[in-house]
Amino acid sequence: MNAKKKRRLAFAAALLAAGAAVAGVVVYGLGQNTMYFRSPSDVAAKMVSEGVAFRLGGLVENGSVRHGAGAEIHFRVTDGKSSVPADFNGVLPALFREGQGVVATGRMDARGTFVANEVLAKHDEKYMPPEVVDALKRSGRWQEGAR
Amino acid sequence: MIGELGQVSLCFALALSLVLAASGLMGARVSNTVARTVATSSAMGLLVFVSLAFGVLTYAFVVSDVAGALVAEHSHTLKPLVYKISGVWGNHEGSMLLWVLVLALYAAMVAGLKRGGERLTSAALGVQGLVAAAFLLFILFTSNPFLRLDPAPFEGAGLTPLLQDPGLAMHPPMLYAGYVGLSAAFSYAAAALMVGEQGWARAARPLMLIAWIALTCGIALGSWWAYYELGWGGFWGWDPVENASLMPWLIATALLHSALATEKSGAFRTWTLLLAIAGFSLSLIGTFLVRSGVLSSVHAFASDPARGFFMMVLIALAIGGALALFAWRAPTLQGGAAFAPVSRESALVLNNVFLVASCACVFVGTLYPLVLDAINGTKITVGPPYYALTFAPIFFALLLLVPFGPVLGWKRADLKAGWRALYPALGLAGVAAVAVLAIVSPRGLAVTGAFAVAAWLIGASLLDIRRRKGARASAFAAALAHAGLGISLLGVAGTTAWRSELLTVMAPGQTAIVGPYTLRFDGVTQEKGPNYVADRAHVALMDGGKVKAMLQPENRFYPAEGQDMSDTAIRTTGLRDLYLALGDDRGGGRYALRAYVSPLAPLIWLGGLVMALGGILSLWGRIRVKEAEPKPAAPAVALAAE
Repeated sequence: MNAKKKRRLAFAAALLAAGAAVAGVVVYGLGQNTMYFRSPSDVAAKMVSEGVAFRLGGLVENGSVRHGAGAEIHFRVTDGKSSVPADFNGVLPALFREGQGVVATGRMDARGTFVANEVLAKHDEKYMPPEVVDALKRSGRWQEGAR
Repeated sequence: MIGELGQVSLCFALALSLVLAASGLMGARVSNTVARTVATSSAMGLLVFVSLAFGVLTYAFVVSDVAGALVAEHSHTLKPLVYKISGVWGNHEGSMLLWVLVLALYAAMVAGLKRGGERLTSAALGVQGLVAAAFLLFILFTSNPFLRLDPAPFEGAGLTPLLQDPGLAMHPPMLYAGYVGLSAAFSYAAAALMVGEQGWARAARPLMLIAWIALTCGIALGSWWAYYELGWGGFWGWDPVENASLMPWLIATALLHSALATEKSGAFRTWTLLLAIAGFSLSLIGTFLVRSGVLSSVHAFASDPARGFFMMVLIALAIGGALALFAWRAPTLQGGAAFAPVSRESALVLNNVFLVASCACVFVGTLYPLVLDAINGTKITVGPPYYALTFAPIFFALLLLVPFGPVLGWKRADLKAGWRALYPALGLAGVAAVAVLAIVSPRGLAVTGAFAVAAWLIGASLLDIRRRKGARASAFAAALAHAGLGISLLGVAGTTAWRSELLTVMAPGQTAIVGPYTLRFDGVTQEKGPNYVADRAHVALMDGGKVKAMLQPENRFYPAEGQDMSDTAIRTTGLRDLYLALGDDRGGGRYALRAYVSPLAPLIWLGGLVMALGGILSLWGRIRVKEAEPKPAAPAVALAAE
């Protein structure tokens, strides 16, 4: 019985150690790699530091979309109160339009431009990302049923 | 009219599931043979009535009977037949009905296979009946697929175009057959706790295997679909919905290994029970994540708070009940058998520790954003870098250790002999590492390591196959499954390290080079499909001055649904994919175009298939053994050869 108890104790200790190691890695990983969602007003309020990855969401400002010579594209993201210039070099989802909701991941550069590395696909012309709805509500520009 | 038939069938199914629960649990008592007979027949009856309800719904979708609210919302007369059928599960209500259908199917298999003692089978049926009753109530009260529309609309609203795809038509049934199938292991485990029977792991094994095979195929299908459909060339995005299917797979894999030890040597009795409960619990949590609308994704059809709440209560009851039963009864079970520190059991402990740890990483990464949002409304996402930092190293360590399991004997083993048996695989791993470092570029530490480990896995599997030459087919199951891991790893490493990408805006007649390929853009034409309109790009793959092949990626717009979708063009050699996706219109006939050359990409899904094949071989062995045995409860002599 004693040998068995010892074995169990060793097993439990090993499990505990493994669990602690995993917990450590997970906490560290979460600390390093979570991306916050920010609205243009948040950006204007200096809630985002330069070079830190985050998700920016809002509406594509009317009249702001300009194509470059190559695949690059410039536009502004607005929540009605503030707007942020954004650069993107890539393929846009087909439902990317002025006045429509958009969510992009990327970072702010030194000039205060949001450099997107991904503009999230939107597959439904009626769909509005819930974070964007939330951001518009906070800036007071959301009307129920106005999507 | 037909809708009422479906409704009535569902009510009958609910009644039968209640009878099944009551009679099954009563039949767990020693003397109650009548209750056992009732339980067996009500399990069959449950399957009949749920199938009938499902059949009625399918019929309504096929003939586009738009008087039913569900059909009106999700079907369309112009849709091709196969997508009318897949439309049945392309929505919340129908997919929940499919969920219950799979549950009933597994209940019927438990009843039909009659593996394990009579009391065990009966109690397992009772638990299966309880789960079925709970989900049938959920369907009838919050997600009824047979609600009617008055007046009937002229035309249905159609199915999300993303789901109008052959890969995706098969993906949900496959995935459900997998993760709802884990209910059988869950029910057997709960039953074993109730009646105190030790042989449950052996009884449940065929159904565990079926569930694992289906889950493996389902995940592979989903990943393949994401690759060719979403237009960004990725095979895994660590999306919460993908994670919801990965977590049960990791636990089911751990369960298959741990149950084997329980069966062969009596080790880890209580741990295996806990894994069986955890596996299905994660399936339930996954169902909740995907179906309740807490996540916004292509999978979230519904965002009705009543549904989310109802489902949360159901799941809390199921998981809480099972864990309470475990806490109460597990101490009364006999402790596990002893084994030496170097033995196959120890290898399986490591297997389980790593699998559960990797699952824990995925669990936290998936749920943390939801919890944070619920607590203080902070919206965050946890992206691929988190998983690269946590999941990847743990899983990598697991892969390193995989080859040791099969070369170590049960109870007590010789590590040196095990090492010696693996020397050739080690040599192969070295060759692979040197080859990557010497020949290909770019060469990084990660890709070198990945190739070495893949060669190590595949080499060890080949050695295992050679060692077992002449044995029954099922003896090769583990070798195949482990080789499948290596093959998938090759695919993942190859595409991650050596993918070339081209993003460009092209005018008609222009050429571009990506990897070893030269592409000429020949412009875009407007095409009309059965229920969509498309911009179809014509891209010539050039070989010298000649056109070798035409690739035609499309952007489709589905007017009925008001949605758009990309249709990529992929040309594969089996070892390398050329992948084209059409981007947005940049005016003047110019279009954005995205091209990838992904070396070894097809191996990712081939590996999944090989793994599933390993599972099938093992299952085949089980069926054969059962035929040979006069009594299913006989001790595991026939398998001692493994």
